[in-house]
Amino acid sequence: MSDDSTPVLRADGAAAPKEGPRSPVLRAEGLVKTHYGEGAPAYAVRGVDLAVRQGEFVAITGPSGAGKSTLLHLLGGLQRPDSGSIWLDGECADKWSEARWAVERRKRLGIVFQFFNLVSDLSVADNVELPALLAGVPPKRARAERAELLAELGLAGKERSMPGELSGGEQQRVALARALVNRPPLLLADEPAGSLDSKGTREVMRLLSRFHQRGQTIVLVTHDARLASAADRVISFFDGRIADDAELDGGTPSRRAGISGVLELRD
Amino acid sequence: MRLPLLALLARGPAHGYELKQDLEQTLGSAYPQPNVGQIYVTLGRLEKQGLIEGEDVEQSSRPNKKVYHLTDAGREALRAWFEEPEDEPRVRDEFFMKLALAPQTGLADQIALINRQRRQYLNTMRQLSKLAGAEDRDNRIAHLLIEGAMLHLQADLDWLERCQEELEELE
Repeated sequence: MSDDSTPVLRADGAAAPKEGPRSPVLRAEGLVKTHYGEGAPAYAVRGVDLAVRQGEFVAITGPSGAGKSTLLHLLGGLQRPDSGSIWLDGECADKWSEARWAVERRKRLGIVFQFFNLVSDLSVADNVELPALLAGVPPKRARAERAELLAELGLAGKERSMPGELSGGEQQRVALARALVNRPPLLLADEPAGSLDSKGTREVMRLLSRFHQRGQTIVLVTHDARLASAADRVISFFDGRIADDAELDGGTPSRRAGISGVLELRD
Repeated sequence: MRLPLLALLARGPAHGYELKQDLEQTLGSAYPQPNVGQIYVTLGRLEKQGLIEGEDVEQSSRPNKKVYHLTDAGREALRAWFEEPEDEPRVRDEFFMKLALAPQTGLADQIALINRQRRQYLNTMRQLSKLAGAEDRDNRIAHLLIEGAMLHLQADLDWLERCQEELEELE
């Protein structure tokens, strides 16, 4: 990561992420994206450098309109940058066509969205198996993977349900199963709890943490600091740029006044 | 500390160590727990004020323990406590002072201050998430306490975001 091109402010004491001997799962350099619609152009992403190592759980937070969803879409090849480069597992994606991106997304990336984006006239089982079958996985194995994931996500018995018959939280779990069915090295999540109540939010948080503990690399975009605090690195995104990039220490909670002090605002 | 101890004694007589355990169990791990020394000191004061009375109970192989019970005056003090609403939380202003005064000093950058403060809040948020995960699922009071702390922090983080938006425009 280079800090030269963007005004990255690092507070003292926090270590910048170091690249290990292996290529980062994801690397981006100089990403720029401007939306041209009616009215003035919107500078959504204005020069972003980023590296995500294997096994990291990175949250990107910031106010709505800061461009964080656009950034995630660039990272997943759902939109193309005006300039800048992306590497997945060390492989440059600059010259990939739409079709190539679609193929690579099935192999290398799982994506979950705020509104689940399930196929409404396919059953839960078919929604989850579809990306596996499209990726050429034999049907028998696709079924086995699907069964395992649905059980894991507490959805056993819902295989034949249609998405519309499920609660929001259940639909998001189906979306998570679909995103993970091909065991992608990287999971991208765009406001995955954005349309869920607080119980659904806690559930998503718990599941993301669980997959992360098993080694899943995750990049999560959220405006919800509670969700972001499940990550071990938080990037604050403002006005199309990285304003801060902090490792959370994750130390064991101490009994010092700091934690409980939150409850005692009257100093 | 005084009133919570009175409240615990309203259920029935207890000795100091029992009260400490009761408090811990009810409030969960997120709440700052008084040490047993503080509890004994407070009990001594409450007794002097006539709000509780202690009674020595003999123990076979150990020194006597003192079992306290609530007096009528204590019950009245407790009732008054429940009658009164508490002050609303006032925003701690030390950080605000730094933010407001930094530019004149030339010693600190406002955006750097905000970023450092955000890291602090995010780390606390993470610790609270961990506490919530470790807390007994059935202890609703303890979970509500943690959730309250998280919502306060969320508000603080939102406010930092507002500060950043406003102050970056000026740059």
